[in-house]
Amino acid sequence: MSNFFEKSDLSRSDAESIISDTLQKCDDGELYLENSKSESILLDDNKIKNSSYSSDLGFGFRAISDEIVAYSHSNEISKNSLKQSSENLKSTLKSAKGVYNHELPKSNKKYYENINPIDQKTLNEKIEILNNVNKYLREKDNNVKQVTANFLGEQKSIEIIRSGGETLTDIRPLVRFNVTVMLEKNGRKETGVYGIGGRKSYDAYLKEDNWKNVCDEALRIASINLESKPAPAGEMKVVLGPGWPAILIHEAVGHGLEGDFNRKKTSAFHDLMGQKVASEGVTIIDDGTIDNRRGSLTIDDEGTPTEKTVLIENGILKNFMQDRLNARLMKTRSTGSGRRENYRHIVLPRMRNTMMLNGNHTQEEMIKSVDKGIFAVSFGGGQVDITSGKFVFNCTEAYEILNGKIGSPIKGATLIGDGPSILKEVSMVGNDMMLDPGIGTCGKAGQGVPVGVAQPSILINKMTVGGTKL
Amino acid sequence: MIKNQEYLSEKASYCLDLAKKLGATDSSVIVSNSISETVNFRNKKLDESNRSDNLAIGITTYIGKKKSSISSSNLLRENLDTLIEKCIETTKNTPGDEFNSLPDKDLLAKEVKDLNLYDDTHIKNENKIEYLERLETSASSDKKIVNTESSFTEDKSNFILANSDGFLKGYKSSSFTASSVIVAKDDKSMERDYEYTSKCHLKDINDAEDLGKLAAEQTIKKLSPKKIGSEKIAIIFDKRIAKGILSTFASAISSSAISRGTSFLKDKINQKIFSDEINIFDKPDILKGLGSRSFDSEGVKTNTLKLIEQGVLKDYLIDTYNGKKLNLKSNGRCGGTSNLYFDNGNISYKDLLNSNPRCLYITETIGHGSNIVTGDYSVGATGFLLENGDFKYPINEITIAGNFKDMFKNIILANDLEFKYATNSPTMMIEGMVVAGK
Repeated sequence: MSNFFEKSDLSRSDAESIISDTLQKCDDGELYLENSKSESILLDDNKIKNSSYSSDLGFGFRAISDEIVAYSHSNEISKNSLKQSSENLKSTLKSAKGVYNHELPKSNKKYYENINPIDQKTLNEKIEILNNVNKYLREKDNNVKQVTANFLGEQKSIEIIRSGGETLTDIRPLVRFNVTVMLEKNGRKETGVYGIGGRKSYDAYLKEDNWKNVCDEALRIASINLESKPAPAGEMKVVLGPGWPAILIHEAVGHGLEGDFNRKKTSAFHDLMGQKVASEGVTIIDDGTIDNRRGSLTIDDEGTPTEKTVLIENGILKNFMQDRLNARLMKTRSTGSGRRENYRHIVLPRMRNTMMLNGNHTQEEMIKSVDKGIFAVSFGGGQVDITSGKFVFNCTEAYEILNGKIGSPIKGATLIGDGPSILKEVSMVGNDMMLDPGIGTCGKAGQGVPVGVAQPSILINKMTVGGTKL
Repeated sequence: MIKNQEYLSEKASYCLDLAKKLGATDSSVIVSNSISETVNFRNKKLDESNRSDNLAIGITTYIGKKKSSISSSNLLRENLDTLIEKCIETTKNTPGDEFNSLPDKDLLAKEVKDLNLYDDTHIKNENKIEYLERLETSASSDKKIVNTESSFTEDKSNFILANSDGFLKGYKSSSFTASSVIVAKDDKSMERDYEYTSKCHLKDINDAEDLGKLAAEQTIKKLSPKKIGSEKIAIIFDKRIAKGILSTFASAISSSAISRGTSFLKDKINQKIFSDEINIFDKPDILKGLGSRSFDSEGVKTNTLKLIEQGVLKDYLIDTYNGKKLNLKSNGRCGGTSNLYFDNGNISYKDLLNSNPRCLYITETIGHGSNIVTGDYSVGATGFLLENGDFKYPINEITIAGNFKDMFKNIILANDLEFKYATNSPTMMIEGMVVAGK
């Protein structure tokens, strides 16, 4: 546990009185303190390219009056610095006349342990694994021309002090292991990427069979891409594989169901609550409570315990994801979705682990039903325009489907669709739901936060595939 | 107040001295402070104020050919001591790499050029609010506008870069940025667009009313878009998208992508990759330039590079490490390009619009569809259908695709270059791209 006041001229009771004084006529707000330690070790081009360590310390002070948010952050935890921030907030909210909302739900549940992954393995052990990864891949396939592998480990300690002195803390471990491999054959180059991670120690992800599995996946994807043909262009049926392809859900509907865009009525979903937005059989939840998952949180960054929020139930829109600010203004409750990248950023309603639940079809059935279309197994990133509802994602492993059979692999192509209507085009939901391997980072308003996704295989009747073959 | 040079230099020298004492054979350090104040408006009312005060230090230590680095936002001496000890310990245990080293001494910058990058003006929040009120009033004049979000940011920063070869230099810079994101709605659709202005000096930013008006017009124009069929067609890229294609070119000629063999432009030096009319410059000494700098992030002096001359690739973007690997000298591009731009083309914007009886004009792309290993390009796009130079109707939910190797050869540029960003392109046309739609 970090003691943020240990080496400072600012005592906890000083801080508490500055906080209470600053927030007295505000509707909400808090002092958020954060101490994070992170490391990155990178192997690239046969060498350890980088071993770096970072420690970051700071606070963010937030005051909210009605719709107005005043925020100030600094790296210096000192009396002067906090007072300066306080003056800053007060000057923005001169006319505040609210009543502070002390209500904050409580829970004793924890979804990960208080560990520091960085200390649980020596540097030499980590370097040895990376060297083994490099050797394994280069020995396995002569076409391997480049291998990049890296570890990222982090421990983030946070403390939230609210007006009146209520204090909440959380310690969040996070690790990630990633492999990128480039193959070259007959003058053609292709890459494959795979990774794993979550909120456990390195050992949970880096036993020999774990890392070999990551290498094999990256190599398999790159090998398939070496044989790929130009992708088709135009509207067609798309079968999505289980797991990571659920970033479709994240982009197509997830962002559009975040509270801020709906309060501001800039989301294509803002007037669709209680209405049918997806085919029957489609249920989507956003869950912060799955043990050790990348997107899980014991409490969110406002201190609210996370939960399992039902967004769409059997096709009907049920809930938006809320932080405290948007919940108050929309007269509902926070769903524990208030998140920030770090103390430099304001809180926004964000996704945690976004999942489509199982239906009762099989992937085979879906493929068999398609005359002409594509089967997309793995993706790079995605993006959405909240307002028009249009979203894209980039295939990194996909195949042609012809007359009910999987055909040749096709080159990476962008798929584009319309968020509010795409889920109505889902005609089969599979029974093979899978979580992603633990690698997702979601970007919004310049803030990146770790997230997870999950889904079974699904069949979409109509999507535009952005290939080059007309 | 941002920390002055003396404060930052003192921290930098302390770190270099301690690293040496603990056994580093070489070391480098960057210490920086930035203060940023932002006011956000929404629908003509104050929405958010945000003040950020960021301190940062980054230290790299070398023991022979072994190297490691640390970074922190905590500049207290006790913390620096712990971190440098840890850094030295990690350096000892990290395998060496023959190409690891500080830059060659004779390449280091001898002076900090006065590029007029700092404007001391402090604009109070009241004045930011006044600017935003005018901006949003101007942006909201049409009934179709249903949401406006605008912001004004003042940034001031200062840094010192130092290394154990005696380099110790830094300078202040500032920026003033105003932006506006508009949502418009009609009975068929809801659309969003934006406009922004960013300059080193306050007096150079766009007028609030003009900015608001432009953002609103651009958004309303996008309402009631249609989806078109799949076809091969000429595409005109608005300047704000064309600059992205130039950035992809820059990533593909970075010495790291070249030395690792992961670029489609590997081995293309002195070969023709664009048509004869194309010239690309990276010019670091433009006065008040958003990408201007006296030296790169290793302290190496930066000169203007003519990267493409009459279509031929003349240079890579080289840093010390990858330069040594490629047996080339650093040209001061550690950390990327400075003010990168395509030289003007030969035809006017209007003639470019008229050059095809039917083409698409793209104003926004989404997705991460540029692959610099293969050169493949595929992104989601929105824009307009043009017929005989006239904007017919807005289009969306399409993708555009091609391969950069072909696209580069087919680029035609208008003569409307302006320096709005750090990377700039005139309006660009590429024929023969594939659009996927209905």
